[in-house]
Amino acid sequence: MAEEHKEIDALTGTATTGHEWDGLRELNTPLPRWWLWLFYITIVWSVGYWIVYPAWPLLTNSTQGAFGYHTRTALLEDLDALKQQRGPMMDKLAGASLAEIVADPQLLDFARAQGRVAFADNCAPCHGAGGGGAKGYPNLNDDEWLWGGKLSDIEQTIRFGARAGDNKGRAGSMPAFGRDNILKPNEISAVADFVRSLSGLSTEAGANLGLGKKVYADNCAICHGPEGKGNRDTGAPNLTDRIWMYGPDKATIVQGIENGRGAVMPNWGGRLSEPTIKALTVYVHTLGGGEK
Amino acid sequence: MTAHATMSLEQPAPRAPTLAHLVKEAELGEVPPDDDIPLYAPRRNIYPQSVHGTFRKIKWAVLVITLGIYYLLPFVRWDRGPNAPSQAVLIDFSNRRFYFFFIEIWPQEVYYLTGLLILAAILLFLMNAVAGRIWCGYLCPQTVWTDLFFAIERFVEGDRREHMQRDVRKWTAGTYARKGLKHVLWLIVAWWTGGAWVLYFSDAPTLVKDLATGQAPFIAYAWIGILTVTTYSLAGHMREQVCLYMCPWPRIQAALTDEYALNVTYRYDRGEPRCSVKKAEQLRSQGQPAGDCVDCLQCVHVCPTGVDIRGGANLGCIQCGLCIDACDAIMSKLGRPTGLIAYDTDLNIKQRIEGKKPFFKLVRMRTVLYAGIIALVGGIMLYTLATRDSEGINVIHDRNPMYVRLSDGALRNGYTIRIVNKQLKYRDFIVSVDGLPSTLVDFVGLPPRSDGRQLITVGPDQTKEVRVVVTDYSATPPPASTSILFKLIDIDSGETAEMRDHFFGPG
Repeated sequence: MAEEHKEIDALTGTATTGHEWDGLRELNTPLPRWWLWLFYITIVWSVGYWIVYPAWPLLTNSTQGAFGYHTRTALLEDLDALKQQRGPMMDKLAGASLAEIVADPQLLDFARAQGRVAFADNCAPCHGAGGGGAKGYPNLNDDEWLWGGKLSDIEQTIRFGARAGDNKGRAGSMPAFGRDNILKPNEISAVADFVRSLSGLSTEAGANLGLGKKVYADNCAICHGPEGKGNRDTGAPNLTDRIWMYGPDKATIVQGIENGRGAVMPNWGGRLSEPTIKALTVYVHTLGGGEK
Repeated sequence: MTAHATMSLEQPAPRAPTLAHLVKEAELGEVPPDDDIPLYAPRRNIYPQSVHGTFRKIKWAVLVITLGIYYLLPFVRWDRGPNAPSQAVLIDFSNRRFYFFFIEIWPQEVYYLTGLLILAAILLFLMNAVAGRIWCGYLCPQTVWTDLFFAIERFVEGDRREHMQRDVRKWTAGTYARKGLKHVLWLIVAWWTGGAWVLYFSDAPTLVKDLATGQAPFIAYAWIGILTVTTYSLAGHMREQVCLYMCPWPRIQAALTDEYALNVTYRYDRGEPRCSVKKAEQLRSQGQPAGDCVDCLQCVHVCPTGVDIRGGANLGCIQCGLCIDACDAIMSKLGRPTGLIAYDTDLNIKQRIEGKKPFFKLVRMRTVLYAGIIALVGGIMLYTLATRDSEGINVIHDRNPMYVRLSDGALRNGYTIRIVNKQLKYRDFIVSVDGLPSTLVDFVGLPPRSDGRQLITVGPDQTKEVRVVVTDYSATPPPASTSILFKLIDIDSGETAEMRDHFFGPG
């Protein structure tokens, strides 16, 4: 080996390592020694990690680190700091009435920002990311409101829910006219066609609109109103406009009459903080359909 | 140092310690036995000798100017009015602004930084195509600070020979005192370097006061500490190792250069064969060829990276020109023409050997191309800077729902707009939406004025986000997508900004 090491490359004057591949010899250009020291320093440095951070697994736990640092406690500290930072605005939000929030541009911006996050966390699974709704879940951007679109109406619906078992909640549901043998199939078909005609939709050929009108007056008008304009006290939707929560096709309407409807909205009072409920109310109100 | 001293390098040492031994012992510490080739080599200490001459003067001037700018620029004031900082150059991270005299850059305008980086890279290439490693030799912070640290070292420990002798002798209290003083001075410069750095990120006079009274944020002290360590270790200890082992530019530079680029060159056509002054005189009197190089090694001794330039262009040479000064001084003393080492090319050496005229070709494809790219990028940046708007509007269409059907059949689309005010005063804007026949536009939460229009007030150097709902009442339903135009108007100055978006419908 020593002999091989001494071999000097003729062209460069550099020693070789003695390794040779197909006549190519590897030059031995030594690394600077501090480079080696850096490597040792990194090893020593890594020992510091064992000491400072939770590192070694034990039987039921792990070493806790010299300064008790833990990512989870660090996160909780950060969250506390965030709460502190938001504190003054949150207090203002908690103390203000809905009308005051809407009248103060700065507070409105803050409430909408808070509301957007709370909506994404709690409401978006049913109502969609932007409150666009889905079949059975109302669109919160439009101008039709089952239970009212004023700030106070929206707040009440959020706080107590709909058909969620809360005494103060929105109550009233569509009976299952078919399943409970209140109406016969031909009556259901006739009244479905009549309901479609209320908003100018086409009716099936040979539809008995006369029978439909009579069935409607006897069974439906009590909630949906004699002209089909709906009733917000019972959550009965307006049947004369262009908005259909379940869909405007006849089969869907027949299904609703046959089995009834009773979509549930959870009561969020007690689950969400008061400022959050206010923020959500204002956020939903400003999506586009809020009523004065 | 004289030719006499140089001779002893060539011959076996008659008495100890010779200069050759001194050099070996001082530079290498211990001299490893010849048959042991280690995998890791100790660093060779370099004791650059002081030198006087043109390039040394240029380097001093560059050092004073660049360090002067670096240390003092944060204190230069620039009045921008009451709503903006009055520091000429400020990187304001907390407010996400960069101020450079009359220019203020927002984060979304970071393309100016991209442009600057492109300019810097191509300028580097152009310098390289004209005269090699000008950057390395004169302008690189590593070179400038190392130069300053060398000056401090020579001031405290003496010039090359004195320093080397003291290092190899038994260290006395005086030696330790000198070394201690040197490191203290280095640390002071390093600390000042870190201190100047943090001033670019906060109001300099305030921060200086806070730093002095211990009220500055921890991050300021931390950065001063980091830069003190890096400056002290890179300029004091790592020195040429940074150029040799860490910096990518020598490698890139070598790949970018060509045979026409001027480099610090030993003109071997004139210098060889090397011989002593006496021998040269003797040979010349006999009419035989004798080189001008007297092998005095001055070029090697002044070199900050310890390179022998007579071996030709190489990676270790940062082309600072100090060897030119050293050699010129010797040539003048010997009564020979200067310029044995000079900015030249190997091509010209060959030309001279062949008896042809040397030349320098400045206008070449690559210099023209680099200059062209610099002019183009610089021109684009200047144009965008000169025509930069001080207001702007961004529009984001609601993702869900894409459109909303109202109870009367009208269609509604929701948007979030963000209005940008880059001026340092409050401004009132109105926004109009064009492109639909019959629309109602509502800016949520903004009270209407007497004429029914809603005013959007944006604070100085700020942005404002507003929710906009656009309702279309046309009798015939609009197509699946209609292009619409949001137009922002400053009601005082009449300045406008526009942004196109779409109004969606069921189609």
